[in-house]
Amino acid sequence: MSASPPVPLLSVRDLHKTFASRAGPVTALHGVGFDLAAGSTLALVGESGSGKTTTARVVLRLATPDRGSVVFDGADWLGLPARELNRRRRDVGVVFQDPATSLDPRLTIGEIVAEPLAIHGIGARAERRARAAALVASVELPASALARLPRELSGGQRQRVAIARALATEPRLVVLDEPVSALDVSVRSQILNLLRDLQRGAPSRPAYLFIGHDLSVVRWIADRTAVMYMGRIVEEAPTPVLFASPRHPYTALLLASRPRETPGPRSLPRPVLTEPPSPVDPPPGCPFHPRCAFARPVCAQEMPALVSDPTESGRSVACHAPLGDD
Amino acid sequence: MSGAAAPLLSVHALTIAVPGPSGEEVPAVDAVSFDIGAGEIVALVGESGCGKTLTSLALVDLVPPPVRLISGDVFFAGRDVRALPAREKERLRGGGIGLVFQEPATALDPVRTIGRELAEVIERHRGLSRKAAAVEAERWLKRVSLPDPGRQRNAFPHQLSGGMRQRALLALALAGGPRLLVADEPTAALDVTVQAQVLGLLLALRDELSLAVLLVTHDLGVVAEVADRVLVMYAGEIVESAPVNELFARPRHPYTRALLGARPGSAPPDSARLSALRGAVPEPGRRPPGCSFEPRCGEAFGRCVAARPILVPAGAGTEAACFLLDRVPQVRVP
Repeated sequence: MSASPPVPLLSVRDLHKTFASRAGPVTALHGVGFDLAAGSTLALVGESGSGKTTTARVVLRLATPDRGSVVFDGADWLGLPARELNRRRRDVGVVFQDPATSLDPRLTIGEIVAEPLAIHGIGARAERRARAAALVASVELPASALARLPRELSGGQRQRVAIARALATEPRLVVLDEPVSALDVSVRSQILNLLRDLQRGAPSRPAYLFIGHDLSVVRWIADRTAVMYMGRIVEEAPTPVLFASPRHPYTALLLASRPRETPGPRSLPRPVLTEPPSPVDPPPGCPFHPRCAFARPVCAQEMPALVSDPTESGRSVACHAPLGDD
Repeated sequence: MSGAAAPLLSVHALTIAVPGPSGEEVPAVDAVSFDIGAGEIVALVGESGCGKTLTSLALVDLVPPPVRLISGDVFFAGRDVRALPAREKERLRGGGIGLVFQEPATALDPVRTIGRELAEVIERHRGLSRKAAAVEAERWLKRVSLPDPGRQRNAFPHQLSGGMRQRALLALALAGGPRLLVADEPTAALDVTVQAQVLGLLLALRDELSLAVLLVTHDLGVVAEVADRVLVMYAGEIVESAPVNELFARPRHPYTRALLGARPGSAPPDSARLSALRGAVPEPGRRPPGCSFEPRCGEAFGRCVAARPILVPAGAGTEAACFLLDRVPQVRVP
């Protein structure tokens, strides 16, 4: 909101990443950049293959970009030597979509939650046990859960365990990769409430990088939202602004494709094409132009740069002919 | 739909048992009854563990052992499905009733191209020649919004993304020319843009061919988008049945209200908290003697603990199973 924001906690610039595939090289990231302020939430949204998860994996240092930079908490995150990286990994937590596969089935919940503390040599054994108990309580699980195995818990309870584990080392950043997509509607609201309470109440006041495809969830939890399309961020803005007045035609298509909250007259959107062109053979110019109802000749020739919207502070858009410009 | 004509599908007092905690059989679906008319899209909603999927499997007599269909009738187009000879049942599945279940990874034949598998369904159920079936197969791949169907029909399942496999399965379920499609979370694996296309297709097929649909889902947005009528299941029973507009505007059952209230989109974007439903669906065999929802219900009173409400008419074409409907002023027991 303020005109000159403080130094961001996470600053990602110009990430490029190309994977080899049977059909040829696939460019997963094509100059991705964004800032995330301490204690706030940025959502990355977009269709499968848009590069959301690859971006998250680079931030987690599970994937190495071909070029680009990530500055995390003042450090050159991609340039950290292994020893230093291992020491600082405690500052970044992660929660994946499916707690059934992300938790070690042989460990008790107490062991799972205490494990990051042991890895980082935090506290003596007894202290770690006490800390695990406090963490389990903070995610509103009963103390009896500590001695249980993951398979003895429900999906929602397992996701609470994954969150407790992610927060064990008091990270300043937590990457949430579709954390509620596998959950029932009732459990989903509990977990979303918990995530928001923990962001405000946990000692480290973590920032969240939230990967999601459910736009109603993103709208509720994210301060800012970045829309990704074929390896690029095409629009980024404060969440209420983005939802109220999308300027990129792709953002508008995503929002119009959402199922409605209440029944009414039916007018499902009909994009020119139903899904992105092949990433192996991307179209020239703006990669969205073959699907865009507003494309002009220039759109097939030049990729528009992501630039600050002159009419609205805090919004960037990459489009030759943004909506609302006429 | 019209009251006079027999419904396309009629389910009466369906009861399905699963092995309970100590080995005895306990009901997971308990005396469920409903009808679906031709061209009607009916959504079956509720949390995981409410019995939605078992109910849909029972329609084509595919309840997997040790789960057992104990009693009840399923009539499809006037025929008693449970009494059909095995060969007739086989013809019904994919012919009269198309099926799309979850787990698209395992439901397709891994050693055949999707075009070939689709063409075989078309040959089998519609008696087309091999050549005509291949053309028809490609047409269906296009209709389910699979990109580049001319090329993708030669793909094997493992070469497709999860979302593409889901659409291939939908094509497979529709290509046999069914009058009823039973679809369990058919759009859960799809991107929102493709989901919109697939839902649009279901509406178009309903209009063109009077296709009826039983849509099993926990996504109330999808329900709002396409359903005509909604059945809300809780702990093995239907607790509310209502036309879709009525369900969203005036939900009768507290469980329906809780499901609607828990949607993130129903909360103002600046609200600090989402309303959440506490606790979990009781497991089969551990259901309370009174109303199954009573332990989680914010509006329960004495009678809810003691007795089990049954589905009764609740106005405007709705039915609900809740004692709150009996009398408006009601003394609540703390």
